[in-house]
Formats: sequence, C-alpha cells, structure tokens
Amino acid sequence: MAFLELTHINKTFNQTTAVHDFNLAIEGGEFVSFLGPSGCGKTTTLRMVAGFEQPTSGRIVMDGVEITNTAPNQRNIGMVFQSYALFPNMKVADNIGFGLMVAGKPSSEIKKRVAEMLSLIKLEQLGDRYPFQLSGGQQQRVALARALAIRPQLLLLDEPLSALDAKIRVSLRNEIRAIQRQLGITTIYVTHDQEEALSLSDRVVVMNHSLIEQVGTPFEIYNFPKTAFVASFVGTLNSLPAEVLDAATGLLRVDGQEIHTTQPLKAAKNGDKITLALRPELFRLNRTAVGENQLSGRVENILFLGAIVRIQVRLRETLLAMDTFNNPHLALPSLGEEVTVSFSPEACLVLDTK
Amino acid sequence: MKRSSLWGWLWVLLGAVYFLLPLYGTFDFSLRAQRGKLSFTAYQSALTDPEFLRTFAFSFRMAVFTIILSILLIVPTAYWVHLRLRRLRPVVEFITLLPFVVPGIILVFGTIKLYSKPITLFGFTLLPALTNTHATTDILLVAGYSVLALPYMYRAVDTGLRTIDVRTLTEAAQSLGAGWGTILWRIILPNLRTALLSGALITFATVIGELTLATFLARPAFGPYLALLGNHKTYEPSALAIISFVITWAAMGVIQYISRGNPSQIAGGR
Repeated sequence: MAFLELTHINKTFNQTTAVHDFNLAIEGGEFVSFLGPSGCGKTTTLRMVAGFEQPTSGRIVMDGVEITNTAPNQRNIGMVFQSYALFPNMKVADNIGFGLMVAGKPSSEIKKRVAEMLSLIKLEQLGDRYPFQLSGGQQQRVALARALAIRPQLLLLDEPLSALDAKIRVSLRNEIRAIQRQLGITTIYVTHDQEEALSLSDRVVVMNHSLIEQVGTPFEIYNFPKTAFVASFVGTLNSLPAEVLDAATGLLRVDGQEIHTTQPLKAAKNGDKITLALRPELFRLNRTAVGENQLSGRVENILFLGAIVRIQVRLRETLLAMDTFNNPHLALPSLGEEVTVSFSPEACLVLDTK
Repeated sequence: MKRSSLWGWLWVLLGAVYFLLPLYGTFDFSLRAQRGKLSFTAYQSALTDPEFLRTFAFSFRMAVFTIILSILLIVPTAYWVHLRLRRLRPVVEFITLLPFVVPGIILVFGTIKLYSKPITLFGFTLLPALTNTHATTDILLVAGYSVLALPYMYRAVDTGLRTIDVRTLTEAAQSLGAGWGTILWRIILPNLRTALLSGALITFATVIGELTLATFLARPAFGPYLALLGNHKTYEPSALAIISFVITWAAMGVIQYISRGNPSQIAGGR
C-alpha cells in the first residue's frame, strides 16, 4: 500500500469543476510535483491534501488512515506557502518553534529543535530577527524549517519559489531537494515551472483543465509525452502539420517534403492530417546521417539564449526551431541562407490524428 | 524657495491657524477665571471637584468594559468575514454604520423599553429587567456604548486585517496544529495591535464624552457632568476641554510610540 493515496478525488466550486477524478498513489519518501498552468487544479488538489478544501467526492488515505474529513490541524502535514506566511509578530526562532509550542512540548525541547532547524537551513545567526528583517530567500527557508520542525508525515510546498528572483530560485530548489533527501520526507510540490518540476522530482503529475494528463518520471514526461498538451507544456516543441502518405511504412508529407516516422500512426489512414511533435534539440543542421529525415528551408532568425543558440528555419509555411549548444567556435548560418535540418525517424512524435 | 513650496507652506499655515486658533482661544479663556490676571484657578477648581473624579472614574471604567466587549465582538466577526464570508463584507459594513443613522436617543429609548421589564417566553423569564439595579443598568450602558463605538472599532480592525494576509497566516497556523483560539490569540490579535489601540482610543474618547445614553439611563458619567458644568460655570468647562485635548494627544503619542517599528505593520505578513 502506498504512503499517500488519492482515490477518485473530485472538487467542484458551485458549478465549476476544479479537479476531476484525480487518482494518485505516492510512495513514502517520494518527491512528486504537480505541474500545470494556472487554473488546472494542482493547488486545489494540494489544498485538499492539506485539509483546507474538502473534496466533493473521493478519498484521501495517508499511512493507512483515511484523512479525507480530518481537520487540517489534526493531519500532521507541514506546508510551505508561496507568500512565506511567516508570523510577522514573531521572531524567526518563535516562528520555527510555533508548531511545537502548540503541541505543548517543553521549552527545552523546543529550543533544541529550533537550533537543529536553524542549522539545517544554515541560518543559525538569525533566530532573533523578525521576518521583515530577512530577504525573501531567507524567509522561505525559515518557512521550510517551521514546516519541518513538527516532524510532519508529509511536506507540501505550494509554489514556494515563485516570489523569488531567478538565481535564488535555483539555489533554494537545490537546497529543498537536498533537505528532502536528507530527511527522507514524502513531499508534494506544486509548480507551474517545468524546469523546477523536472529538476526536483522523482515523479511529475502534469495537469490540465482539472484532469491528470500524465504521471511519470521527468525523463518519461519530457521524452515520451502521452498527450499533445504534455508535449507542448513541458519543454519547447515544434508542432508540424503533416499528411499521411503511407500509414504502413510511416511515410508522411510536411510542407511538401517527405519524411518517415517510426512512431505508430494509431488509426491513421492514408491521406489523414496529423500533427507531429519534434524537440528542437533533436535536429541537426547540414549534417545528415544515413536513414535520417531531411527538411530544407531558409534561416529566418537566430536567437542567443546563453548556453543554447536557437535557429529558426522557415520551411514553406511552417517555422521550425532547432537548438544547438553554444561555443566560441560555433559556425552559424547567416540569415536567409538555405539550410537542411535533419533528424531521426524516431524523433517524430505523433500527437494526434485528424 | 520655489513658488510651489511657498504655496504649500501657505496652506500649512492656514490649516494650523484654523485648528490652533480656537484651541488657543479656549486655553486663554480658561486662564481668566480671576479678573485682571492669568491663572490656573479654573483648572484647580475643576480638578478638585469630587464629582469630576467620581464621574471620570465611572466613565473610565465603562470605557474599559466597552473596549473589551467591542474587541471580543468585533475581532472574531471581522476575522471571519475576512476569512470565510468575504461576500458579506458590504452587509457587515452597512450594519456597522447604522449608529451614524440611528440617533442615540432612539437607541436609548429602545433599550429602556425592551430591557426595563423581564423578557419572557411561554411564561418563562429569559432575562430579568435590567434597569432595576445599577450593575445591570451599567451592562446596558456598556452594550449601548459598544453599539456607538461599532463604526470606529470595526473600521480600525478591518483596516488592520487588510494589512495582513489573514487566510494564509491562518492556514499556516492550522498546518502547524493550531486551533481557532490559538490562531486568534497568538497570530491575529498581536498583528492587530496598532489597529486595536487606535480603535480603543476612539472608543475611549466616544465613551468619555457621551451624553445621551448616560443621561437617560441615569448613570453618573463624565458626559452629563460636563454638560451640567457648562450650564453652571463659566471657565471650568474650557479648562476641562483643554485637559481632554491633552489626554487625547498623550494617548495618540503613546500609540505612535508603541506602534513605532511594529513589524506587523511594516512587513504586513504577506
């Protein structure tokens, strides 16, 4: 039996469905991210686990005990909020010790645990400060320590890094993952940032329009998206309209040029219109190996993105983006130059047939 | 000096004259109790009157009870409106403004009419007559004062609650095991410190000067004493008006001092 089980969870607000038939089992010690755009139901699901929202139907079982209707203050679940939610009237140490104080722990135990937590988040010197005297990153680390101080069975993080600047975000997310691994605590992390979800998680739950689109490891989600939404939401994607010329051999036509795919064409028949998905990093420029697909076009734009250079190639109508690693000796084509982009038949994902 | 700056100073000066001139006039008048010389005779006379101390002490006690009752009623109500009943906010705001619409005389006659005889249901006495003893009449007085203070206290608490993220702070405390009592006592009230002080000061000022309720409920309050004094004496009312100003300003100074660097008002808890 999994540590946390959400079974047939539904949530409606008046006539609006926020979460529809959500089913998920999370193992003990696992780090799971809920990923999706605003309004997809990820935060509502998290709030139902926390007890701040009641499911319209369905069951939540944690460690073998049903908690669907348990009050939030009886669940022993730690939560970290996007807005930190530190108590402004309390110093850092009092914030961290609040849960233990509420539980009636002796002051010596609270003091010891607070010191442990301050050491864990590397803010030993700041116990006497008020929250408003800390930076955003420091406040969020205190919020994490406060949630962990009560030794919760489950840790919930609701977009904890959204209010921070980019550099702090990366360092703090690594810190969160290191602490989670060190404590082995089961964690659910809500984010709309795919990079965060992919870099942190053991598994990612991609949601859209109140539904789960796909559950899988970051590798599976990125490389083998099961739906068009997952393919387009996670990572950058080229969507190419194509026509099936020979469904049996996987022969397709894209903007008047013929290519092959090894991906199954499902129920597509010859002449059907389908959409292909190709990751930009799977293209190569002017270097074609045997058996690879080729598409010819004209360079329309070149974008420097730091470590990556994105080259946009116009076929006839379709605009294709391809990524290549930047290096000082990189020979880039010039704008308007005729080029050939090549890719393996395995790289073509078939998203849907029309 | 720039022209705009001069213009600004002119308005400041006009404002100061508008507010300070009457005050100066009152102060000057209060010093002329003795013919031909300035003295504090009126102050001495007012402050040594045993009725002054008795009525002020009574109103002070009533003000403290009113502040406690108002906080107990309004803080949980405003908190719940912020947390769960946001759609009802206009309705609650309208109710809190009713004391501005309903005159004090209506309030006190309604109160006397309703509570001067026992309230019964099917022959059982639910509540005895409250106007029969001083103690129970004081309960009515405090309840009436709480109604009069409602617009000020509610607004102060409401403004205080708007400066903190009530919902998230509540949820954070709940996730740490806190119940409603702990949340209100340990999280919400301390973060409303400045707001409650402001509300308490206005409530205090309202109660100390209130005339109608205390007169018709026949209680020895400071408001009726001031009115009586105004009818019989010349200089003492001016002296008491100046004393009231000093007390009010001192109270405001205390609030400013206490709320200086208050973290909840700076960070807002957001």
